[in-house]
Amino acid sequence: MQKRLMIAAVSGILAVGVSACGSSDSGSSTSSVSGAVAVDGSSTVFPFAQAAAESFQAENPDAKVTVGESGTGGGFEKFCAGEIDVADASRPIDEAEEVPVCKDNKVEYVEIAVANDGIAIATNPGLKIACFTTDQLNQLWKKGSTVSDYNQLGGGTPAGKVSLFGPGTDSGTFDFFTEEINGEKGDTRTDYQPSEDDNVLVQGVEGDSTALGYFGFSYYESNADKLNLVAVDGGDGCIKPSIETIQNGSYKPLSREIYMYVNTASLADKPQVKAFINYAVDNADESAKTAQIVPLTPAQLTEAKDLLSKAEGS
Amino acid sequence: MATDSVARDAAGPNAESVFGPARRRIGEKAIAVVLFAAAATSVVITVGIVISLAGETLTFFADKAVSVSSFMTGAQWTPLFSDPQFGIRPLVQGTLIITGIALVVAVPLGIGTAAFLSEYASPRVRSALKPTLELLAGVPTVVFGYFALTFFTPSILKGLLGMDVSVFNGLAGGIIVGVLIVPTVASVAEDAMSAVPQSLREGAYGLGASRRQVTVRVVVPAALSGITAGIVLGASRAVGETMVVLIAAGQVPTTSLDPRGPMQTMTAFIGATGKGDVPTGSTGYEAIFAVGFALFLITLILNTISIRFVRRYRQVYE
Amino acid sequence: MTSAEAASRPVSEVLGVPPAARTVRDRSFVLLLATLTSVALIVLAVLLVDTAIDGLPQLSLSFLTSFPSAFPAKAGIESAITGTLWLMGVVTFVIVPLGVASALYLEEFADGSRWWNRIIEVNIQNLAAVPSIVYGILGLAYIVRGPLSLGRTVLAGGLTLALVVLPVVIITSREALRAVPPSIKEGALALGATRWQAIWRQILPASIPGIATGVILSISRAIGETAPLILVGAATFVAFNPTGLDSPFTALPLQIFSWISQPDDQFRLLAAAAIIVLLVLLVLLNAVAIRLRNRHQQRW
Repeated sequence: MQKRLMIAAVSGILAVGVSACGSSDSGSSTSSVSGAVAVDGSSTVFPFAQAAAESFQAENPDAKVTVGESGTGGGFEKFCAGEIDVADASRPIDEAEEVPVCKDNKVEYVEIAVANDGIAIATNPGLKIACFTTDQLNQLWKKGSTVSDYNQLGGGTPAGKVSLFGPGTDSGTFDFFTEEINGEKGDTRTDYQPSEDDNVLVQGVEGDSTALGYFGFSYYESNADKLNLVAVDGGDGCIKPSIETIQNGSYKPLSREIYMYVNTASLADKPQVKAFINYAVDNADESAKTAQIVPLTPAQLTEAKDLLSKAEGS
Repeated sequence: MATDSVARDAAGPNAESVFGPARRRIGEKAIAVVLFAAAATSVVITVGIVISLAGETLTFFADKAVSVSSFMTGAQWTPLFSDPQFGIRPLVQGTLIITGIALVVAVPLGIGTAAFLSEYASPRVRSALKPTLELLAGVPTVVFGYFALTFFTPSILKGLLGMDVSVFNGLAGGIIVGVLIVPTVASVAEDAMSAVPQSLREGAYGLGASRRQVTVRVVVPAALSGITAGIVLGASRAVGETMVVLIAAGQVPTTSLDPRGPMQTMTAFIGATGKGDVPTGSTGYEAIFAVGFALFLITLILNTISIRFVRRYRQVYE
Repeated sequence: MTSAEAASRPVSEVLGVPPAARTVRDRSFVLLLATLTSVALIVLAVLLVDTAIDGLPQLSLSFLTSFPSAFPAKAGIESAITGTLWLMGVVTFVIVPLGVASALYLEEFADGSRWWNRIIEVNIQNLAAVPSIVYGILGLAYIVRGPLSLGRTVLAGGLTLALVVLPVVIITSREALRAVPPSIKEGALALGATRWQAIWRQILPASIPGIATGVILSISRAIGETAPLILVGAATFVAFNPTGLDSPFTALPLQIFSWISQPDDQFRLLAAAAIIVLLVLLVLLNAVAIRLRNRHQQRW
């Protein structure tokens, strides 16, 4: 009797597994594609890529899209080694360091802007800072900075023990921020809490009463009720990031485009990759809304579509 | 083996298997070889661990032009930044602080539980408690990490105790790791205490000692090597613990001794860096190996010490 | 005084301590031990209750049969469950032959005085205590990349997990083999069996329940291992079931870890629900193991 119970239990577990395998293969649309698409890179682009992958897979159940979050730098390394089909990037590919690697490995690609993004400076709601100039940000974040209390930055900044959160060195957000604010890519103080995963940064800032962090605007948007947004004065007054100010570039200098780089060989040889990237671009608005990312302007969208069809045509 | 030949002789010359003696012997030899190969894979695995860790560590030292002494004593661990520093001291310190806090929690709880189970609990209570302890031991560490981050820090440390801790802090990590290793400490200690011969206890009772005195003055000292073995084993587990600290203790390599802020242990560094899928040969990749090697050595030493203590208490009573 | 005289006097007088104080100290000691024992159990209880409160409302059939999603309302753990099952399949296929064979060798064939056998024994003890993340590093270097170059696939993940629990399987299998009395083997040999026949026909069958228990417990340990999978596993977003040994995968602990890292509270609740599923799976496995152990506990 016990033996039968055991056999039943084990086969029950196996049956669930097998049926789960089975159910995913049934019910496909008439013109769906199949096969694997490997996407990896920026955690800023990740919500967008995930949203696109999810709806793409809903229409093409036999396609297997995996999306990783290794950071823009990590994504490019894999991309130029030919290990992935699409690299998510929150900054353009580096001419000096990454382009040669792609060339050496004969990886050709097309760069497609899929959305806009601003880097949001956020603090814990307990730390009510309204605005920072780029100069103050530089003082706070530059390499060798010894600022230990926010009021050392002057300009009426409230007091508070400095507790910083920011992306790690593999992150495109990191590259972009350090270049724009500190003048050189990679120039940063090192005593902050780094993470490639923007979610962890938001968690950190939320949980620490005097915390300040920088990360992609979409991560602020999805957690706006738990964070205090700091406006940035790039020379023309304090501007808060929003869809408008990012799209029209008035939130400076921390507005940027974010990209997907597609391996043109994959585009030509793997129909599922072609289908995926076309889907992502065609539905960029939809995915951006889901991911709470700033969508492309209509002009940018047309340009992206043109670039893509040119790459496919050639 | 002596028994085999004796038994076979006793069986007489007519006792032969279907296959005949010669083939039988070859077949048996082959089986023995296969089995030996299986067992030897454990050695292969260990050798693999040591070679891969040591090899990459050497590459690390050569590549980064880091000296062993600056690696071991340097106070800045910023391997991935533009001006990388490779002093492992903050990581080791983080590991030691977490382990220390864990032991402060686990030693009294573990020994107390062991003493209760071994000396006081009735068989019924024991049969209820032991499975519960096993349950505690079986909970995956990621669940403990979840508990530390979502409940312990906000509701207990900040809420109940009103402490000013960061969202990621070493105190929560250390305490939860401590709870996690209680079953390890308790089971080894309880083993040792149960192994103390009843005659020792009876002698003490005969002299009029109370159960408390028997426990504290007779059993615990007699089982001391076993208890120490349990503590050292628990420490080794705490050193190697990854998920709780990765989730709840923070990612800032610091030499600050204040556990209310974030810190980073060796295991958390490996986990956080490895998550990003570091390419072979990159700084992150080599750093993982160097730190992993240090971790492996530390746990190896702790385990060897623990085994020595176990052997000692087993020897005394067998 | 003689012992007879001592025995006839009140104990407290002999020891020179007033009886009342001793009783108080005794009682408070018991209380102390009972408290210490209950602290760990109370923490366990709070953990379970807290997880249940957060997670139970999220449990539903759709949760079990949906895939991870950007929308918490739609997200589910189907790919995590199937990934975990696939991994456990690989682990079982590796540890059963390898572990039992090693245990057989060490118990039945190894001459304990030879140096290489002693090294193997010490080795296995040490391997059992190596932190699991070190196995993750090993897996990354030699299985995902390096000589095996399997990539981040189910097979690579399963092999790495198998490495983590193999020492435990060897140790428990050895104990199961050891528990069979020598008289069984000697009787077989006396009847003319070869050594291998005695093992294969008598000892092994007798120790199978013990071995099976050990294997099941090892699998339940492997199911909860997260750290090695972080280094060896695939992307954070895997919304399909594994299609084969060479497929990328996710697993329950990985998915839990990924959801915990999201600040959106909704995902935390989902993590709690996934934890409940994981714990239920573990309890089932352990119940099977315990039942096996109890049912087949032979009295020799």
